[in-house]
Amino acid sequence: MNQLLKKTGIALGAAALAFSAFVAQAADTIKVGVLHSQSGPLAISETTLKDTVLMLIEAQNAKGGVLGKKLEAVVVDPGDQNADWSKFGVKARELIEKEKVDVIFGCWTSVSRKFTLPVVEELNGLLFYPVQYEGEESSKNIFYTGAAPNQQAIPAVDYLMEEEGVNRWVLEGTDYVYPQTTNKILEAYLISKGVKPADISVNYTPFSFSDWTTRVSEIKKFGSAGKKTAVVSTINGDANVPFYKELGNQGISAEDIPVVAFSVGEEELKGFDTAPLVGHLAAWNYFQSAEAKANDEFIATWKAYAKKNGIKGPYVTNDPMEATYIGFGAWVKAAEKAKSTEVDKVRAAMYGIKVPNLTGGTAEVLANHHFTKPVLIGEIQADGQFEIVSQTEEVPGDAWTDHLPESAVVVSDWQNPKVNCGNYNTKTKKCSGQNF
Amino acid sequence: MKIIKSLTIIVLAFSFASFARANNFEQAVQGLLENSNKKKAAAVEQLAKVDDPRSLPTLKAMLDAKLYYKKDDKSLVIITDLEEGATVHNLMSQSDESISDKRAVSKVRINNKLRRLLRSSIAVLELSSGDMAIRLESAKNLAKNPSADMRDVLIIALEKESSSKIAGFLSLSLGLIDLENEDPAVRRKAVDYLSGSVEPQAIGALKALTAKDKDGNYLEQDKELAAYAAKVFKRVDTKMQLFKTSENMLFGLSLGSVLLLAAIGLAITFGVMGVINMAHGEMIMLGAYTTFTVQQLMPELIGASLFVAIPVAFIVAAAVGVLMERLIIRHLYGRPLDTLLATFGVSLILQQAIRQIYGANSVSVISPPWISGLWEVNGALALTYNRIYILLFAMLVLGLLALLLKKTLVGLQMRAVTQNRPMANSMGIRAGWVDAMTFGLGSGIAGIAGVALSQIASVSPNLGQTYIVDSFMVVVFGGVGNIMGTFIGAMTLGVINKFLEPQVGAVIGKIIVLVFIILFIQWRPRGLFALKGRFVED
Repeated sequence: MNQLLKKTGIALGAAALAFSAFVAQAADTIKVGVLHSQSGPLAISETTLKDTVLMLIEAQNAKGGVLGKKLEAVVVDPGDQNADWSKFGVKARELIEKEKVDVIFGCWTSVSRKFTLPVVEELNGLLFYPVQYEGEESSKNIFYTGAAPNQQAIPAVDYLMEEEGVNRWVLEGTDYVYPQTTNKILEAYLISKGVKPADISVNYTPFSFSDWTTRVSEIKKFGSAGKKTAVVSTINGDANVPFYKELGNQGISAEDIPVVAFSVGEEELKGFDTAPLVGHLAAWNYFQSAEAKANDEFIATWKAYAKKNGIKGPYVTNDPMEATYIGFGAWVKAAEKAKSTEVDKVRAAMYGIKVPNLTGGTAEVLANHHFTKPVLIGEIQADGQFEIVSQTEEVPGDAWTDHLPESAVVVSDWQNPKVNCGNYNTKTKKCSGQNF
Repeated sequence: MKIIKSLTIIVLAFSFASFARANNFEQAVQGLLENSNKKKAAAVEQLAKVDDPRSLPTLKAMLDAKLYYKKDDKSLVIITDLEEGATVHNLMSQSDESISDKRAVSKVRINNKLRRLLRSSIAVLELSSGDMAIRLESAKNLAKNPSADMRDVLIIALEKESSSKIAGFLSLSLGLIDLENEDPAVRRKAVDYLSGSVEPQAIGALKALTAKDKDGNYLEQDKELAAYAAKVFKRVDTKMQLFKTSENMLFGLSLGSVLLLAAIGLAITFGVMGVINMAHGEMIMLGAYTTFTVQQLMPELIGASLFVAIPVAFIVAAAVGVLMERLIIRHLYGRPLDTLLATFGVSLILQQAIRQIYGANSVSVISPPWISGLWEVNGALALTYNRIYILLFAMLVLGLLALLLKKTLVGLQMRAVTQNRPMANSMGIRAGWVDAMTFGLGSGIAGIAGVALSQIASVSPNLGQTYIVDSFMVVVFGGVGNIMGTFIGAMTLGVINKFLEPQVGAVIGKIIVLVFIILFIQWRPRGLFALKGRFVED
């Protein structure tokens, strides 16, 4: 038994080595690191992003590469995140120190980013992070191409208040950092808008929670007080399916108590029986159903690329893919502007760069390392797609929320030489120096 | 001559009437073709007032997202399945036709606001239906958001209504509408209307009416009315407390039955055989994925697929169980730690295998219509059908298993081997074969549990992990080696959980239950129902 284990271990190790070393060494290429999990529970979402980066690189090389050099992808697999988060830091170090990549596209959960952050700061790397997150961070070496809370959560609540006349709120989330921070911000925002604390109910459930009977029955009762009620859901992953199922079974439809979700996109809906979900909402910066020429092209390219590379269908595009697309476009443009791929030069060239997004608008890189993005609200349709019911102008991403007193005084500005940090306190006129 | 004249007039009048009617309908639906939701809403309101047999089907089709219009002549059509050559019903010409091109039609899109409006418009139209079920549905929908302009319709309907249940919903709507009235007498009457109802809307309205400020004074201007409402509320409130307790009890039993299903297979493999099977959860997962696969193979018969899935899931999980026993566990009897590690390894292999085949995201298992929906005693007490079916199913499985163990030869042999192996061997029982059968049985039952759980949980490779800890908890708490103990244990834990959840939340509730079990095991290490006998000692 022991020997068997040992042998398997050696075989696995050898396979892993072979995998990460399949990249040929060549001096006249620019290396692009890809840091996404390809095994474990988050693999399915992250593998799509890895393929997106590879597709973008292929397309860029077909156009002649960057600065006359071909791009070369270096793909590493940080593995099962639940088993070992710190692998992200280890793999990021490997990419920068050993592979000498000029830029990294990667990470998914906030925890994986928190492990990568100290490494890219220490080694002066450059990371593009493509997922919506809770904000309260702005690192010199990371560009956040997904939504900050003011680009997703707050506009979604505004939509419900204005369009549906909601004035009673259930903030329902899974018990971890993203829902807790988001709900803290939302609660402060709602109260500032005149919602009474008695009209807000905040609740957390464990990961993969499946017995929603009591909770949904409570939401039903909470929603019957004669005021229009909505649920803001930061429920993560597995727990969503039984939650929506219970809502449907208990006869709560979208027109009674609409649910707006921040973690349910096209990719997730593939696992849902969408019939009872019709009319429930999601807020993102991109939906596959967006009507724009750039989007049609992107979807067609993605489908062709996926088919050619034997990726399993059905092929959908989603928000983090668009964020990857924007980040990649901005990096290419900045490198060409700086005439170099050196991290410091590219970073200096990034600010103010404008690239087209996939919804017909423009994304601009801000001095706080966030982007301008439009906010889209979509209603779930029976076919698993979203119908866009509201689309705002581009909103500048805010690293530090204005709705929490301790963050409202903090700004991030990496362009202004007087500030030049990610957490400048406007009251004390100092960079707090906290570890983000 | 006179007769002819009057006939002509009648004919003329008729044709004019039908012309005017048709014209009205045609006019009303024009607004539906607009892009603006406001104009669509106006059109819906107009359509609800038009006395035309086509109005109701139009509104219903619109609500079900089956209403389209043809791009060429702008005529409205109802389409059930949009595909080339499908037969569609043209509302303008009132005839069936077929469409050649999917792109020739465009859907009349709606949003939540329109859905609400449609539902209440349809409800008003159907309030006079002869079918009691339809009337009840309409009355319920109206009570969801009643508006003052429905008042007259409601009063007429209430007078005619014979069913007390429907009348209850109608009075509820009336009460909610009249509470907004300015006349104190009308408002007092409104409180009377509400007094009979335990629907959440009525409770909410009464609560709002009797709310007090910090000094204990009513917030309501009309103090007399508030005092009266308080009296009514007090009476309803005692009833509500009773319903609340019954509801918690029901939810608790429902959770208990889920725990029972998840744990009962383990009660055999761990409880009876003493094997710590960490891959037990994965057997449940295999059952759930079998359900998914069966549904994929017979997409036309979703309702029947569950019945097919039950034996198939049993066989699949049992086969994997027997294989596991023969290949791995057999060699590790009496070495609990090694068994634990080996079965844990198997669980990881099974998870990754499923991930390779079906992908890491959860798959969509469709619930047949008869399993969806709500069994409603009244507004305060309800349980979804899928929970009821699972409760019954769990009882059935438990009963059959008890019968098998107590009344059949196989059961007798199983008990004999687990109680005293050498003695059973010397009596001519093939102990190895019985071990494999027992393990297969335990795994097979876990597979069946997977079929049931696929109806309420998310079917993903991690499904088993969600239930493994709970399953061990139930078996240990109930008493190792005792099927009855597992039953009582599961139900007790379910009920405790559900009484805690409204008080302290799901996260803290779970922690309290875990602490409770740890303390309980200190007090009674053998669980609730400890078996007495020699085999327990080793």
